[in-house]
Amino acid sequence: MELVGYGRVPSKRLDATFTALADPTRRAILARLIEGEASVVELAEPFAMSQPAISKHLKVLERAGLISRGRDAQRRPCRIEAKPLAEATGWLARYRQLWEGNFARLDALLDDLETQPKKKQRAKRRR
Amino acid sequence: MHPTGSKPKLELTTPSDREIVMARAFDKPRTLVFEAFTKPEHLQRWLLGPDGWSMPICEVDLRPGGAFRYVWRNDADGREFGLLGTYRELVPPERIVHVERFDDPAMPGDAQVTTTFVERGSTTTVTMTILYESKDVRDMALESGMDRGVSASFDRLAGILE
Repeated sequence: MELVGYGRVPSKRLDATFTALADPTRRAILARLIEGEASVVELAEPFAMSQPAISKHLKVLERAGLISRGRDAQRRPCRIEAKPLAEATGWLARYRQLWEGNFARLDALLDDLETQPKKKQRAKRRR
Repeated sequence: MHPTGSKPKLELTTPSDREIVMARAFDKPRTLVFEAFTKPEHLQRWLLGPDGWSMPICEVDLRPGGAFRYVWRNDADGREFGLLGTYRELVPPERIVHVERFDDPAMPGDAQVTTTFVERGSTTTVTMTILYESKDVRDMALESGMDRGVSASFDRLAGILE
């Protein structure tokens, strides 16, 4: 049985990646960085946004591991990190995300179902 | 019981070109898990897919040869899609084999789904084996796991990266 590599992506990191990718501005920033490194000033240019607003987006992308920042204190150029993006864009990763959501809801439902009969009995006793 | 904070792991594999296999453990009795997979009032609470979708229609005729009908709706824009299935085998609370087909003509062909419920101690492991007619159909099913707009922009990004 072939175990697909995506199966080993820790889901917490995947959550962070998906959250980061859910925003159109951040996706546009990534699309720009695919062309090459850029500073905050350069990234802010095409968007009608302030540099601090862009910096906030960059922090989210950095936490998700989607970009890294250079050491140069003045420019701190941003560059794209391909691996997490490739993981998140893999079809299996998306499918996994979907079913993990379903099964998390199922966990909550099963907890409810297990405690429900007890609640009913208690209600009867009270009456 | 699972230690607090740790989610049971979803095993997701593709043992062949035409299959998707999922396995997940639940720390609950098998009869309860089986009910959650077969009673409409339960299915409507968990089988929802991405955030923002609900299942306004869920009809289940739980017998071999019986049909089930699921319709999901996007709460924001009212988009709907439906799934029609037929039960082929039913062995409560151990095993279900059904075939299913989406209404969307872009998703051609039936998929056969075998769901097994195996109880060990206080844990029930559910394994779903989904067999598609072809690799293309399976790949389409995998892709449908996410909102189409987001999916398209991810594909563009992934395409540029390759």
